[in-house]
Amino acid sequence: MARIMDGAAATVPAVIEAPADAYARIIVRGLNHWFGEREARKQALFDIDLSLQPGRLTILLGASGSGKTTLLTLIGCLRRVQEGSVTLLGTELAGADESALVQCRRRLGFIFQAHNLHESLTALQNVRMGLEVHGRKAEAQWREASAHLLALLGLTDRLDYLPANLSGGQKQRVAVARALVGNPDIVFADEPTAALDKESALNVVTLLKRLGRERGTTTLMVTHDAKIMDLADRIVTMEEGRLVGDSSET
Amino acid sequence: MTTLLERVLGRLPIGWLQLVHNKARLAAALAGVGFASVLVLMQLGFLGALVGSIRLPYDEMSADILISASDMNTLADASPLPRQRMFEALSVEGVARATPLYYGKVDWKQPGGTSRTLDVFGIDPSAETFRNPAINTRLRDLALADVALIDAKTRNVPREFFAAIDEGRPHTFEVKGRTLTVVGTFEIGGGFSADGYLVVSDQSFLRLFPQRASGAPNHILVTLAPGADLARTVARLSAVLPAYDSLARPVAEAFEKDRVFQTTQRPVGLGFGIVIGLLVGIVIVYQVLSTDVADHLKEYATFKAIGYPQRFFLGIVFEEALILAVLGFIPGLLVSLALYVVVANVTGLPIAMTGSRAVFVFLGTIAMCALSGAVATRKVARANPADLF
Repeated sequence: MARIMDGAAATVPAVIEAPADAYARIIVRGLNHWFGEREARKQALFDIDLSLQPGRLTILLGASGSGKTTLLTLIGCLRRVQEGSVTLLGTELAGADESALVQCRRRLGFIFQAHNLHESLTALQNVRMGLEVHGRKAEAQWREASAHLLALLGLTDRLDYLPANLSGGQKQRVAVARALVGNPDIVFADEPTAALDKESALNVVTLLKRLGRERGTTTLMVTHDAKIMDLADRIVTMEEGRLVGDSSET
Repeated sequence: MTTLLERVLGRLPIGWLQLVHNKARLAAALAGVGFASVLVLMQLGFLGALVGSIRLPYDEMSADILISASDMNTLADASPLPRQRMFEALSVEGVARATPLYYGKVDWKQPGGTSRTLDVFGIDPSAETFRNPAINTRLRDLALADVALIDAKTRNVPREFFAAIDEGRPHTFEVKGRTLTVVGTFEIGGGFSADGYLVVSDQSFLRLFPQRASGAPNHILVTLAPGADLARTVARLSAVLPAYDSLARPVAEAFEKDRVFQTTQRPVGLGFGIVIGLLVGIVIVYQVLSTDVADHLKEYATFKAIGYPQRFFLGIVFEEALILAVLGFIPGLLVSLALYVVVANVTGLPIAMTGSRAVFVFLGTIAMCALSGAVATRKVARANPADLF
C-alpha cells in the first residue's frame, strides 16, 4: 500500500458533513440531459443536483432506465454536458472541449461491469495501461506499482497470464487494479462486483473504502449488492431521471 | 521483439502484441504484403530487363555517334537511309571513321520444329563496327560468303551447341533459301523482340535480304577523331545532313530515345502490373487493419475512458502498418531474388536486383501500408467510451 499512501495525507481534508461544496470533488447543478433528435427527443435526466465529498463511498441506486448510467457517463467526462453544470475536481465540464475531457479522464478510474481487458496483453500489461497514460515519469516504476496492486487483489501468481487464461473473477480484479493503479481522485464503478464471488467482492470494496480513508479517493458506485450497501457512506436513489432519495439528507 | 519495440516506441507495443496474438491473421497479412511486393519487384525486374536488353546492342557499338533515318524509334525499325550520308559524314570535321550497319531479322529453325528469332547485323568486315573482340577477331572469316557469327546467349539453345562451334565444328543451317555457315560465337543476349543476334558481312546480308540494297543501310556508325568534341561534331553533322531523311545523335542519346519509346509508347503493360500489385497490397492490409480495429473497439473505448487521446490509437494502427510492411517485404524480397534467378536462367533476360529498386519498393510498401492504416484509423472514431456502461 506504500505507493498509494505516498504524499496522500497532506491532501486529505477531514471528512466534514455537508454542506461543504468547497471541498467537494464533484458538484452537479441543474443537470438536464436528452437523447434522440426532434420528435424522438427524450429527456433522460431532470434537474439533477448532487455533490460528492472526498473520501466517501457513495452508492447510486435505481432501476434500469432510471438514468444512473447517463449520470455516470456525464460526470465521468465520457459524454458532453447539454444543460446545467458539472464541476469535476474544479473543472467545469459544460462546454469543455475534447482535449479537456481527455485530460480530466486521466484523474478518474473506471471499473466497468465487463472487465474490458485487452486480450493480447498480460494481466501486468493491462494494469500498466492504466499507468502509461500519465506519461513516462509515472511509468518509471510501472512494474512494481502494477505488481503491488495485483498482489493486493490476490493475483500475485497470475501477473503474466493473458486474460483468456484467467477466471471471470480474476479478470475483474485485474480491471480493478487497472482503474486504481494511476491513483485516481475519483473512482466510477458500474456493478463492479457482479462477476466476483462474495469474498473478492468484499475485498474490492474494502480496498476502495481504504483508499477513501487514506487518500481521500471518492467512489461513486452503481450496485444492487445488499452486502456492499451496508458499507456505503451514502446512498443516492434515482427514479425516472430524477434524484428521489439521499441517505445523507435523512 | 516486444522489448525492442518498447524501446523504440517508448510505450507498450500494443500493435505488435495485437498482431502476434492472432497468428492466422498476421500470416494472411504478411502473405498479402509479400505477394504485393513480389508482384511489384517482378514487374520492375522485367522493366529493368527490357531496358537492359535494349541497351545491350548500343553498348556493343564501337562508335560515338549514330546516324539513322529521322523516323527511327528503335534500332530495329529505322528505315534505310542513303549510304551517301556516310560519305557526307566523313567530310565533316571531327569524324574519324564512318561505317554502315544493316539490320534484319531471320527465323532460325530448330531440330524440334520450333524456331528462334535472330536479329541480324550486316557489317563491313574491313571495319570495326562492334567493340566485342569475339567479333573483331573473326572479321576475316566473315568476309567469306554466307559465313556468320552467332550469339552464344541465344535463348533456349543448349550451351553444348555453341561449345561445339567454338571447338571448331562449324554449324550450317538454312535460312531464307540460303545455307549459312556459323563459324564462331560472341555474347550479347536476346531481349523482348528477338532471342539472340547473328552477325554477317554486308555482302552476306544482302544475299539473305535480296530486297535490300547496298546503297541503303539502316544506320551509320560514326567514330570521333581523337580530341574532337562530341556535341560540336553532332551539330556539324546535323548541319551537313538533310534533316528530312537522317538524324545524327550521340549513341547514348539514341539509346535513350529507344528506351523511352519502348517503355512508354509500346503496350508494355508493366506499369499496369505495378498498380495492381499496389492495389492488392492496399486492399489486404486495409482489410486486416480495419478488422483488427473493429475487433478491439471495446478495448479502445476502455483506453479512451482511461484518458488516452485519439493520436494514441492512430499510433497503434500505424505501428501495425509499419510492422506489416517490414515483415511482409523481407520474404517478398527473398522470393523475388529467387524468381529473378529462375527467370534469368529460363529466358536469358538481363534481370537482376538493384539496391535502388529494393529500397524503392520497400519505401513503396511502407507507403502502401501507411495509406491502408490511415484509412483504417477512421474506424477508431467509432470506439465510444460512453457505450461501455
